[in-house]
Amino acid sequence: MVDPQSGTSLRFRDDEPVSDPAVTVDSFAEQTNAAAVRIEPGDDARALLPHLARLALVEVNFPTYGDGRGYSSARILREAGYAGELRAVGDVLLDQLSHMHRCGFDSFAPQVPIDRAAAEKAILTWPQVYQKTVDGRAPIWALRHG
Amino acid sequence: MYQYDTYDQQMVDARVAEFRDQVARRLAGDITEDQFKPLRLKNGLYLQLHAYMLRVAIPYGTLSGKQMRLLGDIADKYDRGYGHFTTRQNIQYNWIKLDETPDILADLATVEMHAIQTSGNCIRNISSDQYAGAAADEIVDPRPYAELLRQWSTFHPEFDYLPRKFKIAVIASDTDRAAMRLHDIGIQLVKNAAGELGAKFYVGGGMGRTPMIAPVIGEFVPLDHLVTYTEACLRVYNQHGRRDNKYKARIKILVHEIGADAYRAQVEAEFAHMLTLGLEPPLAELERIKGFFPDPAFETGLSDTVDRSDLDFALWLDQNTIAHKQPGYAVAVISLKPVGGIPGDASADQIRLMADLGEHYSFDELRVTHAQNIVLPHVRKADLYTLWQQLDAAGLATANLDLVGDIIACPGLDYCSLANARSIPVAQKISERFADTGRQRELGELKLKISGCINACGHHHAGHIGILGVDKRGLENYQLLLGGSEGADTSLGKITGPGFDEDGIVDAVEKATDVYLAKRTDGERFLDTYRRIGMEPFKEAIYG
Repeated sequence: MVDPQSGTSLRFRDDEPVSDPAVTVDSFAEQTNAAAVRIEPGDDARALLPHLARLALVEVNFPTYGDGRGYSSARILREAGYAGELRAVGDVLLDQLSHMHRCGFDSFAPQVPIDRAAAEKAILTWPQVYQKTVDGRAPIWALRHG
Repeated sequence: MYQYDTYDQQMVDARVAEFRDQVARRLAGDITEDQFKPLRLKNGLYLQLHAYMLRVAIPYGTLSGKQMRLLGDIADKYDRGYGHFTTRQNIQYNWIKLDETPDILADLATVEMHAIQTSGNCIRNISSDQYAGAAADEIVDPRPYAELLRQWSTFHPEFDYLPRKFKIAVIASDTDRAAMRLHDIGIQLVKNAAGELGAKFYVGGGMGRTPMIAPVIGEFVPLDHLVTYTEACLRVYNQHGRRDNKYKARIKILVHEIGADAYRAQVEAEFAHMLTLGLEPPLAELERIKGFFPDPAFETGLSDTVDRSDLDFALWLDQNTIAHKQPGYAVAVISLKPVGGIPGDASADQIRLMADLGEHYSFDELRVTHAQNIVLPHVRKADLYTLWQQLDAAGLATANLDLVGDIIACPGLDYCSLANARSIPVAQKISERFADTGRQRELGELKLKISGCINACGHHHAGHIGILGVDKRGLENYQLLLGGSEGADTSLGKITGPGFDEDGIVDAVEKATDVYLAKRTDGERFLDTYRRIGMEPFKEAIYG
């Protein structure tokens, strides 16, 4: 794991980073003082929904960039109102950042470090968007019909 | 036809810039081939046996003369003077250089075209009825709905790394000309008892090594929920589709393994949740898109009489034109299946000629069919003879629509790195064996489809006669299937028995047609006879 304080992670939030270690989804329900959890691709993000109030950090692991389940996990959490840090960890690459950001990730801890300036540029790849997601951007259809 | 506004153009231009940057980083070694692969695939770029192949999207198979002409120019400028029209209503170029690809995409963007999501594990180009807007039996033109979903699926951030590729077809008539139920999602626009328009969702169909006919998942989805319902279908798949085995990763396997009822229940729960999120474009957006698909300015009072005194023309007229909803007009189909030719191939000159003919004779509109032919959807009957003469002079007037010579074939081992066997030479030999026009017409409608491997790009499961190329101890071997169909009566073909070598499969096809001719009753097509008498008489003739 990349230490969020070390400067190698990419964080797009103004609040203080959470230093709690992330626990698994299974153990999270029992550890009533845990504030950080880590979702693996097979986990059901909805299991966390009853506990959003005490969550400050959710890590979503991408063991390989090609496994896209984490995109749904992220959106499900944001759709349910989760406002804490949502961090993509693992095989997180430059070319996936814009989509991850659109699905609600606001923090990235790539295995192989990504230059912050390149990441900021990548997140801005799309001048407009066709879909309404959880990033607050107005989709093209909304712009067309004001 | 749909036309981009500044938003659509910005998106395509941004894609060209993104891919130009990705190619530069790849050529500089900043990203590995493994990391680059999904990025190039999402721009339609495959690495094949001899070169890169570029697949260009033709949304719902519709294009203008200007777009078609550019496709011809690309064939000259970046390829070897040919293009290959595919079963996904797209076009492929087989001899592409990686470093030129961003320039090709930039050229395409000048005519509102692209190669976005024509490959990769994402939502692919959406297909539709090739006779949309012209067919007498459609309840509405399906293309505005396909365009709505095209925009929704373009760069969808949640569904870019699905378990596997995802194909959607949209139709609006009971006669299915798009193999709709063999798609991951097949949408049929229907009217309910109250006369309201809505969408019937079939989910979990597909070909490949485990062919499945899609069950109904959404009986009637209101038009103002179309995007939301599709999104719900996709989210359930993205979360629960299998990722442990790429051959079991398509949504058909998920629906089959958990059952249509369980899948439907999950979709309904997700759909109910999503309805609270305001994901659906307003109906005004659908109306805006519909505004681009008006009926052309048809002339009225035209005669339906056509001078048939030129017998070659009369043959083509009977075989390759289809009834149009407007009196005095016809749908003309340009066969890309000349005797001994490569199914779906057209030269740059032929592509440009078809562009001209589309402009002059068909209100500037052309269609690509999933059977790898080109359609001029709105031709005045009075113009058919002149049109035919120009097609004939360019080798484009083969009168074999839906006959045994109108073969669907994948590129096969001649190009494709996935293939086990060549498809093209088999198609050529069969086409030559049945070259006699009289004999083809005697056999009547007979859809023959060839795939060079079990991925089934040549739709062999859905052929009245299907041929599947396999690798048998290092030798190309061909299995014969009978009884498939992709229409309203969708069925999957069954294997006759042991396979054949290249010449053997041609003989076997001929024997199957002999059985049909001997056993048919009046008015029966090959498929009907097969369904009535079953496999046994065919097996006896082929293996006996």
